[in-house]
Amino acid sequence: MAGRRRITVKVNGVEYEREVDPKRLLVDFLRDDLELIGTHVGCEHGFCGACTVLFNGRSIRSCLMFAVQADGAEIMTVEGLAGDGKLHPLQEAFREHHALQCGFCTPGMLMVAYELLRDNPDPTEEEVRLAIAGVLCRCTGYKQIIDAVIAAAPKMRGK
Amino acid sequence: MKPSAFEYFTASTVAEAISLLERYEDEAKIIAGGQSLVPMMNFRVAQPEVLIDINGIKELDYIRQEDDEIVIGALTRERDVELSPLVQEKCPILAEAISLIGHASIRTRGTIGGSLVHADPAAEIPVAIYGLDAKMKVVGPSGERTLEPEEFFLSYLTTSLEPSEILVEVRIPVLPQKTGWSFVELTRRRGDFYIVAVASILFMGKGGVCKEARICLGGVGPTSIRAEEAEEILAGQVITDALIEKAGQKAAEAADPESDYHASAEYRRDMTRVFVQRGLAEARNRAKGG
Repeated sequence: MAGRRRITVKVNGVEYEREVDPKRLLVDFLRDDLELIGTHVGCEHGFCGACTVLFNGRSIRSCLMFAVQADGAEIMTVEGLAGDGKLHPLQEAFREHHALQCGFCTPGMLMVAYELLRDNPDPTEEEVRLAIAGVLCRCTGYKQIIDAVIAAAPKMRGK
Repeated sequence: MKPSAFEYFTASTVAEAISLLERYEDEAKIIAGGQSLVPMMNFRVAQPEVLIDINGIKELDYIRQEDDEIVIGALTRERDVELSPLVQEKCPILAEAISLIGHASIRTRGTIGGSLVHADPAAEIPVAIYGLDAKMKVVGPSGERTLEPEEFFLSYLTTSLEPSEILVEVRIPVLPQKTGWSFVELTRRRGDFYIVAVASILFMGKGGVCKEARICLGGVGPTSIRAEEAEEILAGQVITDALIEKAGQKAAEAADPESDYHASAEYRRDMTRVFVQRGLAEARNRAKGG
């Protein structure tokens, strides 16, 4: 197709080179071209936060960017959390505290929580609430998610 | 939904962006942070045939002080303005207003220039910009213009930018020490578009007298407005509770809101009164150092 562009992106430490149509949303690129389906597509207009990923270290909504704009960027998705066959402490805490039910919002919740604890290793409950306020959960409720993030903080500090 | 197809160009200088705009005129749309444009494209409310990506124009990403002004490049991310120690110290009302935009992940991409050019009547930055009496510098094929808020914003989603002009810089007068200020807004949930927003600035003189007051309202018309009659009530006065009450009532009279899905005109007008009163009380406390 005319106008396709070749881009190079590093996702979770792995470099990928692909051709993309300019209208390809970053989230669709991650899911359909790179087959990293951990990142979810929800509302497609930047409201629900399910598609949140870290873009050059900061959280963004991958439904509000075109893949072509990510040329040369470093991206971290939910797949980048676990390593060596073990869940990340944040993921462990989500499991222990029943912080997910259907799991649709979970990748977004994990990415904003990861960013928060990286930048603010000992947050108050208020700060946790503010950090996850941009990700909508429609089943578990927020209480368990807040508990999980607070419980994960000392484990991440100890890492 | 997914956006419709478009041709994609990147500009790495302002001149390049302008020449692309001249070539494609109305078919082209500039994309900066994309936090308003991409949702509109995903809904197919906007279907530009050409997208000019200006994210590579590094010369438009800066925050610095020049004499008595804070000068911010149009491509500076909202999150960077919000967290800038210079802005927090010299122009705290802008940092506060930006902290209320959407959520951190939106502000990471969204730019100060993008919000101004989009001219959404429920956006925070334009309200603060009116209150601060900031100036917008725009550049086009025939040179440069500097516009006051009243000249820049024309109506809902409409500015006075010509088709081949782009906004390059915002110049904001530094607030003097001990200036009282507040930015308050009514939203149903954190991060939502507001129903009403109020920016208040109280310039203080000797003996606790307010020399000049600025009250700027958002959500009550096609653009933000200054509630000038309410401001006059406060100018030259020691601000009392009674004056704050009166100013709130006057500001509500200046508001000319429409009813929509989110709130009736009557509710918006009454909340204008309430939020002007709350905002002025907060600004007065700040002026006192409280």
